[in-house]
Amino acid sequence: MKKKTIYEINSLYRDNFRVTGYEFGNGKKSVCVVGSIRGNEIQQLYTCSQLIRRLKRMEAEGKLIKGHKILVIPSINPYSMNIKKRFWPTDNTDINRMFPGYHLGETTQRIAAGVFEAIKDYEYGMQFASFYMPGEFTPHVRMMKAGYESVELARKFGMPYVVLRNTRPYDTTTLNYNWQIWETRAFSIYTTTTAQVNKESAGMAIRSILTFLAKQDIVEYCGHEGYCSRVIEDTELVAVRTKVAGIFESDVKVGDEVTKGQQLARVIDPYEGEVTEILTAPIDGVVFFEHNDPLTYADTAVIKLIAGEAL
Amino acid sequence: MVKTVASVGLPVDEVLEIKKNHITPVNQVKGKKKRISIVTGIHGDELEGQYVCFELIRRIEEEKEKLTGIVDVYPAMNPLGIDSITRGIPGFDLDMNRLFPGSSDGDMTEYLASEIVEDVAGSDVCIDIHASNIYLTEIPQIRINELHKEMLVPLAEKLNVDFIWIHGANTVLEATFAHSLNSRGVPTLVVEMGVGMRITKAYCNQLVDGIFHLMHSLGIWQGETITPRKPIVSGNPEDVSYLNASTSGVFVPSVKHWEHLKKGEEIGRIIDPLRGKVLDTILSPVDGILFTIREYPIVDEGSLVGRLLRAEALPE
Repeated sequence: MKKKTIYEINSLYRDNFRVTGYEFGNGKKSVCVVGSIRGNEIQQLYTCSQLIRRLKRMEAEGKLIKGHKILVIPSINPYSMNIKKRFWPTDNTDINRMFPGYHLGETTQRIAAGVFEAIKDYEYGMQFASFYMPGEFTPHVRMMKAGYESVELARKFGMPYVVLRNTRPYDTTTLNYNWQIWETRAFSIYTTTTAQVNKESAGMAIRSILTFLAKQDIVEYCGHEGYCSRVIEDTELVAVRTKVAGIFESDVKVGDEVTKGQQLARVIDPYEGEVTEILTAPIDGVVFFEHNDPLTYADTAVIKLIAGEAL
Repeated sequence: MVKTVASVGLPVDEVLEIKKNHITPVNQVKGKKKRISIVTGIHGDELEGQYVCFELIRRIEEEKEKLTGIVDVYPAMNPLGIDSITRGIPGFDLDMNRLFPGSSDGDMTEYLASEIVEDVAGSDVCIDIHASNIYLTEIPQIRINELHKEMLVPLAEKLNVDFIWIHGANTVLEATFAHSLNSRGVPTLVVEMGVGMRITKAYCNQLVDGIFHLMHSLGIWQGETITPRKPIVSGNPEDVSYLNASTSGVFVPSVKHWEHLKKGEEIGRIIDPLRGKVLDTILSPVDGILFTIREYPIVDEGSLVGRLLRAEALPE
């Protein structure tokens, strides 16, 4: 393993800003894994740290197959993590809206360009992603339909679900989209949480990545075969929305199987404590996403269901 | 008449309302009345439009009999942002100007965006007033996506700004308010002027004069108006030089905004207050005029400190 600085800029009063990468093996650029890009992505950082620990051990045991280079970058944005801010400290820009970057541009464009230069030629790119709304997910692999996605490859992770979604205007500046444009097979991996560590889903993500790498003959790994992933389009997700705002109390967890008409959650008047809305399941399905903030706005998709039975 | 364009309940004892002032003529007007919409406050830290809205309504009310069309003024598209000195939508950390056209059955933010678009749709012209951000000061200018330049440049020339900047199409900008409306055939001009968190009265009055002139040309206003200044129009990307900080430090300008500069002239310095050193001296790379200058002194490597319009792009 080699620890190296991928990108660095100086600062007036803080320690230098550094993006640090961990390189395993030699040979062709096979796999790059990126952890947190935003300051609140602690689970994404944690998952990477555990992956690095695991790869170190596997390297010592001779289980990394020769001829492949694996690069893991736990965080592209340590500056924001250290001050508990989601976006770039000075101008609040999102590095994940700056790819492929511009090395003569503004600060976050330069960071994106510097990092992208180091990671763009890998065959497979994996990013531990997060959602802008507070909530928990059933672990899944997500792919943008940018024209280069391969569902069959995504299923090799053995995660419960593979979710496909159409690109939107803002996607064109994300890491995942640009990886695909530069012909890297790119996957966003969602574990359960973002700002809190969830060891169980981090472990599943690591096993899934190692399973994928084993199937591609990049590592020796005899873990679980994983799930026979179900492939869904994000438009198939059924949103359960609040009509009113208030305190949100849920009766279910992500991954639970629910039946049509079953009570899923309640909204409670924040002053008088009365239940103002009962949310029920519109279909038989599985809880794929769930809001996890104690307050909710109105018109908010607090739960998303996948039709059918749990895997 | 003040009307509510969209409203949504917040969790604890508060309703978020987006309001407009709908101003109609006092006298009968023959035929279909033209309508102009003035929109501002999509970014909660940009306040120049606040004074424009105030001054526009004040002047109309002073001579209301001269109004022969409809003026809709939307001063606060992002009321929670304005109230909390937040650029995006607080609670979501989302840039509201990346949510359009929104969706009536989407989340709260998308719902609000969609209601706004529906309300402004049908205007004969719309002006979306921005104030740069808290880092950069801009000379009064209109920015136009090249996709819509034929429709927009003739209108922009009436608005009494100093500069019209036609920029290339960019996929990300498809989610802006202006792009959504321009795509629906509502000519929408994006004004950038001044700086975030401040009001520059001279710029505001300059734009208000221009809005009255535009309203006059559309038949919405019958009162006297100014003859607008002739703006510099640039559509060539090579006309603009970007000046980015070469190192992190404190930027101190040496020149004034909108000043003609010779190649090699000092624009500013990046200094290190801890060691009393000059870290870099920023020189003008070309002959030109500085239409953007950094207001907020702290810079990181790469931070924009200014933009120059090259001398070749200036009128004789």
